[in-house]
Amino acid sequence: MTEQRPAAERPEVRLRASELRLGYGDSIVIDGLDVDVLDGTVTAVIGPNGCGKSTLLRALARLLPARHGEVLLDGKRIDRYPSREVARMLGVLPQTPVAPDGLTVADLVARGRHPHQTWYRQWSGDDETAVAEALRWTGMSEFAERTVDTLSGGQRQRVWISMALAQGTEILLLDEPTTFLDLAHQVDVLDLVERLHREMRRTVVMVLHDLNLAARYAGRLIAMRDGRIVADGRPEEVLTTELLRTVFELDAQVITDPVAGTPLVVPVGRRHRGAAPTTTAAAQRA
Amino acid sequence: MTGQGLNPGGGPGHPRAAGSGRGGTAAVPGRAAIRVGGFSGVWRPRLVGMTLVGVALVVLVAAVNIGRGDFPISIGDVLAALVGGGDRAQRFIVLELRLPRTLTGVLVGAALGLAGALTQSVTRNPLASPDLLGVTAGASATAVTVIALGGGSGAAVGVLASFGVPLAALLGGLLAAAVVYGLAYRRGVVGDRMVLVGVGVNAVAVGITSWLLVVANINQAAQATVWLTGSLNASGWAQVVPVGVALAVLVPTALLLAFGLGALQLGDDTASALGLRVNRSRVALGLVGMTLAAVAAACAGPIGFVALVVPQVCLRMVRSASPPLLTSAVYGALLTVAADLIARTALPRELPVGIITAVLGTPYLLYLLSRRNRGVTI
Repeated sequence: MTEQRPAAERPEVRLRASELRLGYGDSIVIDGLDVDVLDGTVTAVIGPNGCGKSTLLRALARLLPARHGEVLLDGKRIDRYPSREVARMLGVLPQTPVAPDGLTVADLVARGRHPHQTWYRQWSGDDETAVAEALRWTGMSEFAERTVDTLSGGQRQRVWISMALAQGTEILLLDEPTTFLDLAHQVDVLDLVERLHREMRRTVVMVLHDLNLAARYAGRLIAMRDGRIVADGRPEEVLTTELLRTVFELDAQVITDPVAGTPLVVPVGRRHRGAAPTTTAAAQRA
Repeated sequence: MTGQGLNPGGGPGHPRAAGSGRGGTAAVPGRAAIRVGGFSGVWRPRLVGMTLVGVALVVLVAAVNIGRGDFPISIGDVLAALVGGGDRAQRFIVLELRLPRTLTGVLVGAALGLAGALTQSVTRNPLASPDLLGVTAGASATAVTVIALGGGSGAAVGVLASFGVPLAALLGGLLAAAVVYGLAYRRGVVGDRMVLVGVGVNAVAVGITSWLLVVANINQAAQATVWLTGSLNASGWAQVVPVGVALAVLVPTALLLAFGLGALQLGDDTASALGLRVNRSRVALGLVGMTLAAVAAACAGPIGFVALVVPQVCLRMVRSASPPLLTSAVYGALLTVAADLIARTALPRELPVGIITAVLGTPYLLYLLSRRNRGVTI
């Protein structure tokens, strides 16, 4: 997943936040945060509820203006770009997107083309190709004429990813793309994200709740707590028993995922405290 | 499957999908293209068909409406007179006496239909029509103020009242719209907040109107009551021209701004992510809608339920996800002219058109609200 790419013509850092202060109303959620997002990587932001991970993603997506500091997209302040230009470079999937009842899958995916359209050019050949491809790529072609409200949660999420895909941006920011999905569909959606990265070289930043899935699908984990980045690195560097205790206040063991070889968090919980075998994560991986 | 067609920044001539097994164009089901020169759009036969049927019905009902009266004229003769044929007497009756009234009905109805489609789309709330957001009530309050004060301050206001009432109504409607926006604005306008504020402003304006009707003398109160039910009775060319000019400006503006509507309906975050300036777009679209409603009220009084019901009927008719703008304008015109025809001819004595639209509209609104197989979101 951390494949080496030839030195690109573009700068390596696509998104950079420095000295970021973010908040809503009177409350400051994040203060003095710095982070870089490298080209062609998949980054997962993890952390307990209310740690500011979605807030950070919203700022990177220029949905939330910074109180202080700045977000740079390809070296230029993101709020200095025309918004349509940002929308051609960076796609965002909000946490709970809403579609009006009665909207068909094809019509929804086609709305991803908005930043490429003008009022007199609303369905060009490029638009049509991109939408057809996005539908096919997410396996939603056969549902094109169904209305979105008749689909299951997993299918619906595929449609939204399809819309973001039709937008044709190199960077994708996904805010908890697996919320409300059962485990099979969570894996399904993340497989799709993995293909986006591998086959289409998209740069992905996503907020995820499931630590084990985050470790599997992201090359880099950023762990946040109380608006600060506590750990940042490869999954095996970040997911340690100490970090789980300090960040999540979770007593857990970390073993190696027998399928993916990535760290697997096994929570202890009150019921099994003291009953757990003594093998530590470090011993397991050694 | 390689998905090359999705490569970022794909400009003209970017590669088609390899291995897709289809050599031709990548057609998307349900979205046939219509492309002429630099223009491109989606061909929606149902939308176009329904709109054209609506236009034909408007012409037909308008011709019937013009033909009915003390001196009946056949539909054929009416249509002939409209395009310059027929005899002198018929041309005079049609063009000078009867056309202005029907044309006002068409234009006011179109303005109301479009106004409702815009405000409902922008707020994503089917109840958010200008009649319920306080615009029409604001227009009524100022109009009734002018009518009620007209009696008190003597004959001097007699002349003023002839154009004073429409102007006052227009200003009152715009003022109410401004108050709704001003109070609803808090780091952007949120649809539901606007509806709540609108309902409040509406209640205040209705209260002022009721108070004025109580304190006004009996003649003014009667005159105000007729205005308040909405009427095309006194319409002449003087009413047609202002609403015609307003529509000529506002309809193209609405259709240009509507480009952002599709994105706007996906919620604020998604719309921003798609490059839309959400607040600017929503304020502009909402103001165009409310202005249309204020113009309509200034012209013919508060004709109720057209703006509320027509967009909802149209979106079900063309099976779209949001009220179709032009179609709503066309069927708004149809409902208003049809109501005028009923008001003038089907009943023992002539009734103001606003009563008929309310009588036709209310049962439909109740039906809409009782039907739960479609969500109430837009």
